[in-house]
Amino acid sequence: MSQKPPLVEMRHISKHFGGIQALTDAELELYPGEVLGVLGHNGAGKSTLIKILAGAEKANEGAIFIDGHEAHIDDPNDARGLGIETIYQELALCGNLNAPANLYMGRELSKWGFLRKRAMKEEAEKALSRLNIRIKSLDVEVEAMSGGQRQAISISRAVHFDTKILIMDEPTAALGMEESRMVMELTVELKKQGIGIIWISHDIHEVYNFTDRITILHGGTNVVTAPTKDFTQDEIVSMIISGRPIEHSNKANSD
Amino acid sequence: MEFAKIRSQPLVWILLVAVILAIVLSFLSPFFMTVGNMTNLSKQVSIVAILAAGQAVVIISGGIDLSVGSILALSAVVIGALIQVDVDPMLATLAGLMTGTIAGLVNGIVITRGNIPPFIATLGMLGIARGLALVITEGVSYQVLVPFFLFIGNSKFLGLPIPLYFVLLTFLIVAIMMHMTVFGRHVYAIGGDERVARLEGIPVDRQKIKIYMLSGFLAALAAVVMTGRLAATPPSVAQGIELQAIAAVIIGGVSFVGGRGLVVTALIGALIMAMITNGLNILGISSFYQQVLIGMVIIAAVWLDNLKTASR
Ligand SMILES: Nc1ncnc2c1ncn2[C@@H]1O[C@H](COP(=O)(O)OP(=O)(O)OP(=O)(O)O)[C@@H](O)[C@H]1O
Ligand SMILES: [Mg+2]
Repeated sequence: MSQKPPLVEMRHISKHFGGIQALTDAELELYPGEVLGVLGHNGAGKSTLIKILAGAEKANEGAIFIDGHEAHIDDPNDARGLGIETIYQELALCGNLNAPANLYMGRELSKWGFLRKRAMKEEAEKALSRLNIRIKSLDVEVEAMSGGQRQAISISRAVHFDTKILIMDEPTAALGMEESRMVMELTVELKKQGIGIIWISHDIHEVYNFTDRITILHGGTNVVTAPTKDFTQDEIVSMIISGRPIEHSNKANSD
Repeated sequence: MEFAKIRSQPLVWILLVAVILAIVLSFLSPFFMTVGNMTNLSKQVSIVAILAAGQAVVIISGGIDLSVGSILALSAVVIGALIQVDVDPMLATLAGLMTGTIAGLVNGIVITRGNIPPFIATLGMLGIARGLALVITEGVSYQVLVPFFLFIGNSKFLGLPIPLYFVLLTFLIVAIMMHMTVFGRHVYAIGGDERVARLEGIPVDRQKIKIYMLSGFLAALAAVVMTGRLAATPPSVAQGIELQAIAAVIIGGVSFVGGRGLVVTALIGALIMAMITNGLNILGISSFYQQVLIGMVIIAAVWLDNLKTASR
């Protein structure tokens, strides 16, 4: 797959929050039609890195290229304009609004400034049925829903619009087994459409079976970036913990 | 309107309270339900009600506007000063409405660009607008005896006093804005979770500026009604009225945290407060007690709301 030009390149990204250095010279490359796993311990900088791509945070240093062109992503709308959709770890839903309102937040269907509520509701129904998530009533406030249902709304929102780059920050954390499987299937489908997917997860088994490549962050810097199957699961876990790359012996010859 | 459906419960409750209060008062005094008193009541309620509509929008967005009483006075003074130099009343009114809207715009800019909390920003404007009103007039109250304002203050249409139409139109338009437009949806989203609203691409700052402009505009609209009623524009008018508007919103059941509540309930909240004042007046009870009672009603309203939330 590396023959195709990268969809996303993040170069020399540094970010600090006051005195906390969250990222130092971090890198990320994403190709069309692949799932890139971003791994690392808690606080490694995974979410910060993808938030910079999503326009939710601004890097102190570094550059982002989309389809080979430098992109200036100053806010979430810039990212959306480039086809970048994000499922945040914190889900980013308004608890006081219902599912359709959340799905269309910031890009409401309207005519002359008036909401097209019926159209949004119908579309939301379709979008949610794609994930086969049971939600009793679309009129219910999101706050009254279960964690899994909320996650489903957040996922539906990210895949509903014209997505080219999909960022999923621990998307299956609150989901049951069946629902997780649905999300995986959906992701495989999106992958076939040539969408590039960034997948953050602590579930090493899931990551191993599901991602094409991985990059491991440790203390805000990349430890290693390689095809997933270059390593065994144990090796990956050990690199996440130690923060040192392993010279792999068992499955060489891939590059 | 699906949103109204979910929130219909509080509306029913607050309406019930208002109706019971009206029934009790009409039993206690035969004067309460007379046409004269009802006219009186609707005039009394009109100013606070118009302000409460704007305040409800602000509070639903998670903010507060303490400056509406002062903006009202400044707008009224601008109208009065222009009438004084024989400007056309319509033009003077327009200038007054502009004044209020601009004051609201300044609030919005200070809050969003200056990153100043709404409480502080509008507290500042409370002083600034009142001070300007006093500076312009040098503390003098202008008389406004032109037919246009006398009509607003004293005439009736289809048996109802003109200020009442201002109130009804205000609430109709604001309710439509809040429940049927993109702007209203954004107000609820910002009040629900501002961080999320930003992440999802809502132009939070732009919408906030509009919210405070709306509140300023409605303060000026209230000034037009006030000028009609008083036939004058005293610069010290409407002091502390912002607290009554806030109280009306809270009694109506709008959450002070933001994101929840219906604008119409603010109208009923204003009515309840006016009925208490008016009822106690008719019954000849000292106005000192009225303040005590309204204070207790405010706390009781929020307390009841907490009980309802807890039982959800
Ligand atoms: N808004 C913020 N303000 C201050 N510090 C922050 C902020 N966001 C992140 N950090 C810090 O930056 C570092 C990286 O955080 P980040 O959320 O990117 O980690 P993560 O890899 O996503 O962890 P997790 O697996 O727990 O989600 C942490 O030390 C965190 O405390
Ligand atoms: Mg994270």
